[in-house]
Amino acid sequence: MSSATQASRTYSTVREVLGPLLFVEAVRGVGYGELVEVTTPQGEERTGQVIDVSEGITIVQVFEGTSGLDTTKTTVRFTGDTVKLPVSVDILGRVFTGAGKPADGGPNIIPEDYWDIHGLPMNPYSRAHPTDFIQTGISVIDGMNPLVRGQKLPLFSGSGLPHKLLASQIVRQARVRGEEEAFTIVFAAMGITTEEARFFRDDFTSMGVLGRVAMFINLAEHPVIERILTPRIALTAAEFLAFEQGMHVLAILIDMTNYCEALREISAARMEIPGRRGYPGYMYTDLASIYERAGRIQGKKGSITLMPILTMPDDDLTHPIPDLTGYITEGQMILDRKMHKTGLYPPIDPLPSLSRLMDKGIGSGKTREDHKQLSDQLYYAYAEGKVIRETALVSGEAALTSNDRLYLKFADRFEKEFISQGANENRDIEGTLDLGWELLSALPESEFSRIDPDIIRKYHPRYRGGNEGDRIVG
Amino acid sequence: MVETSGARRKGRVFRVAGPFIIAKDMPGARMYELVKVGDAGILGEVIRLEGETAAIQAHEETTGIRTGEKVVGTGKPLSVELGPGLMGQIYDGIQRPLPRIQEQFGAFLQRGVVPPALDRKRRWSFHPSIEKGAKVSGGDVIGTVQETPLIEHRILASPLLGGIIEDVAAEGEYTVADTIAEVRTPQGRDKLRLMHTWPIRQPRPFSAILPPEVPLLTGQRIIDAFFPLSKGGTAAISGGFGTGKTVMLQSLARCADADILILVGCGERGNEMADVVESFPKLEDFRSGQPLMNRTIIIANTSDMPIAGREASIYMALTLAEYYRDMGYDVALMADSTSRWAEALREVSGRLEEMPGEEGYPAYLASRLAEFYARAGRVSTLGREERTGSVTLAGAISPPGGDFSEPVTGNTIRLTRVFWALDFSLAHRRHFPAINWFMSYSEYIPALANWYEKVGPDWRRLREEAMAVLKEEEELREVVSLVGAEILGDRQRCVFEAVKMLKEYFLLQSAFHPVDMQCPINKTYHMLRLILKFYDKARQAVNEGTSLGQVLALSVKEDLTRMKIVKPERFDEVSKEISQKMDTQFDQLTADTAEGVSA
Ligand SMILES: Nc1ncnc2c1ncn2[C@@H]1O[C@H](COP(=O)(O)OP(=O)(O)OP(=O)(O)O)[C@@H](O)[C@H]1O
Ligand SMILES: [Mg+2]
Repeated sequence: MSSATQASRTYSTVREVLGPLLFVEAVRGVGYGELVEVTTPQGEERTGQVIDVSEGITIVQVFEGTSGLDTTKTTVRFTGDTVKLPVSVDILGRVFTGAGKPADGGPNIIPEDYWDIHGLPMNPYSRAHPTDFIQTGISVIDGMNPLVRGQKLPLFSGSGLPHKLLASQIVRQARVRGEEEAFTIVFAAMGITTEEARFFRDDFTSMGVLGRVAMFINLAEHPVIERILTPRIALTAAEFLAFEQGMHVLAILIDMTNYCEALREISAARMEIPGRRGYPGYMYTDLASIYERAGRIQGKKGSITLMPILTMPDDDLTHPIPDLTGYITEGQMILDRKMHKTGLYPPIDPLPSLSRLMDKGIGSGKTREDHKQLSDQLYYAYAEGKVIRETALVSGEAALTSNDRLYLKFADRFEKEFISQGANENRDIEGTLDLGWELLSALPESEFSRIDPDIIRKYHPRYRGGNEGDRIVG
Repeated sequence: MVETSGARRKGRVFRVAGPFIIAKDMPGARMYELVKVGDAGILGEVIRLEGETAAIQAHEETTGIRTGEKVVGTGKPLSVELGPGLMGQIYDGIQRPLPRIQEQFGAFLQRGVVPPALDRKRRWSFHPSIEKGAKVSGGDVIGTVQETPLIEHRILASPLLGGIIEDVAAEGEYTVADTIAEVRTPQGRDKLRLMHTWPIRQPRPFSAILPPEVPLLTGQRIIDAFFPLSKGGTAAISGGFGTGKTVMLQSLARCADADILILVGCGERGNEMADVVESFPKLEDFRSGQPLMNRTIIIANTSDMPIAGREASIYMALTLAEYYRDMGYDVALMADSTSRWAEALREVSGRLEEMPGEEGYPAYLASRLAEFYARAGRVSTLGREERTGSVTLAGAISPPGGDFSEPVTGNTIRLTRVFWALDFSLAHRRHFPAINWFMSYSEYIPALANWYEKVGPDWRRLREEAMAVLKEEEELREVVSLVGAEILGDRQRCVFEAVKMLKEYFLLQSAFHPVDMQCPINKTYHMLRLILKFYDKARQAVNEGTSLGQVLALSVKEDLTRMKIVKPERFDEVSKEISQKMDTQFDQLTADTAEGVSA
């Protein structure tokens, strides 16, 4: 681009500054989505993006916020380019700001290429369905809601719940069985505290994986609107590593709630008609443009497995942020405050949790043929046990039938032995499944309506001659 | 598309905001006219006109479009190509073939010129069935093409046509663009090809609507037994995330007794579409043993694809469905999710700064939904030959927070005659399909009664009995939660046990178990009959003094557990055995009790 046109693309016609937005007048020939350089009256450089262009007013959102901007001295230069990230494998081992600039004092990245951070929609016909079981070593995940490579599976948490600890355990233990290669981690933080960021950093250091991690950090004290960029930048990096470099990437986005707040702020400044609880009506589509970047592509080696983490405001699952997320992701893990209070770790409630892609990743040749049916039966038994627990609270245990009591006991043991495990305990899938059978075998076999008879005969401890002394009733 | 040459009018881009463009200097532009925007020529549709200013929804990404770039009207509405080659295809929301796009651009969707929906090079073997000199009018069959081993594609005279055949092609191989007949019409001569186009927003005409007296059997027990759908009917399936809408619609696609399936992924997940694309060519059609893909069309406009395509995808699918209906086929169209379509309307309406209705949806949401569901129906088609065809519509709804009191659910269930309400609490205990049996309904039951009576004369009684016991149990549960379980005697516990059996042995149906996933109507009928028979006998036995414990220990109960995984071809025999065994065991039990009492 010649300098003449460059000059002609610089304007000082800001008419209004509102929230994170600049309204610029009399702009010509600017493209929708363009990257904008804003110069403050003090000479400081900021970046923005065109989110509405017209012959009348052009709207620019400023990622670093608009404080200090005015309508007279502020200048705006339209770059004619879209927002791009310099990509290179050298981003591994590095820490960046939420806008993708080096934040660790290291050198600038010498890019192999520049990639548009908004990415492109994946042709659904080109996707390869995720099928590789990831063993996390955590029973309530692997046994009940297993994760597969290329899946997007969020953690729905609440403030004060141990999602950090859980995420770090997953990062440490997650393996596709039979493969040497560990995950490459892309970590994006939006609005978390310095302390939380440090937790992850120390954790990656102590695991000795720092060389396989790229971190993009926007802290609580950093500009709010920058959070619009952070997940997009991180996923662009992830796409480069996965689909250009053939790596298996695990991308962690924390905390999506802060991202959505930034989205709401922009929408409010544009005076859009709000959707549910003040969030913009297009939040579903916006979140989808982030989450759908996970996956696998036919004929390519790499993959992006996505784990967004969000804190549910008031622990409310129906709040738009978890709700819309759940409508896009391929399941969800729900951390439960009651379980946490009773000291259970990990406090994942299996009942509302779900992994939609599990069926493709488990079964014979992958985990074990009894996996699906066993988990279905465990679901039934645990749900039944919890209902009976409620009844027992009302009318006392005396009113329970002998069968009821077995279910009640099952539910207790299921929580204490199956769900509960150490933050460093790594159980293999056979161990998890066998544990499930052992707990189930305390129930009468005639209750196992979700398991085929030949599977029962093959895996039930009673027929395997294992564990003498087990309470087999009925 | 057979383009008329010469661009028509040129206006200019005045404003771009996301998928929404305002163009000025557009005299003569028409509503829903297809336009090409900018130097890149991206496709858009006119959705509002004010003087010479047109509001346009863009079907492609608008990034980089500048003010002042040109906007060219094509003079035509957005249309769909109809002809051989549709079956087995995978299209985006405006009928661009995704496999060809992949060949051209790789794995990511980019802007650019895309190959047409129907392959212009492929040759089809055409068998004419009309002669020179014959009178022809809309809907007449000109000839046939074997489109897939399963589908004979009837080449129809376009609904608007009328005249005399002047020339007709000999049997042979033709492309979709070759002329296969010439017709003299009052206006002049018309060429007929294997393909024609039709505007997506305009319903295709038919001759008469027929009553909904034939069920669309779904192979899903809870549906076929309690909330049946009819051929040409409409159904809504609503529920929060993860309650099983997609799995149900896919089960319908696999198991329903329709001739043609059209699956629309409207603003949903890419991986779900990938799953269908991967599995359907391998799945055997239960009717023919052929790959299911041979009678399926997939329309995939996932949530990350342009939102205007989401809006269009629904109409695209409807037009395809009507086209095959007009050939005399029963078509089932599954749309997942109509909420995403409604959200696309809301977004565009918001950008147009229209007066918002409930929850920001445009005031015309209800009428758009009504137009959609009105295109379902079982009809006798146009054309000389008597043909009956149908379009059955099943739409998923994704209510925020799983709460049905929201505009899309509310407006939809006023229109559809079947409602399958999905329930979080059932889904959370992995009771699938998680259809809530108290909230769901089907208004087709009376119209289908004759048909059902042929399967089993006592259908109605069974249905009512099952519902009654489910209701009774619900009420008992409420009582227990208030006053405790001590009040329960064997008689009440009998109700609990019956419901447990109904739920676990009958209502619960795995969409993934090779046998259980599809349950023929006969099997459904006998399963229900046997479970209710057991309940009846159990109640009687308990009344006569037998303890419930003894009843539940009968080994025939175990047989009931396994009924669902008995292969349908063996089921008649097995059900007779179970029935006899039940009689014997209960007789024995009553005899023992009587002895015990008299002893
Ligand atoms: N009939 C069934 N048999 C077995 N499992 C089922 C059945 N129906 C649903 N499921 C389970 O429930 C999960 C969620 O179902 P599904 O994807 O259909 O939900 P959905 O209602 O479409 O959710 P969303 O609105 O988020 O798309 C499935 O992945 C599957 O594990
Ligand atoms: Mg779904």
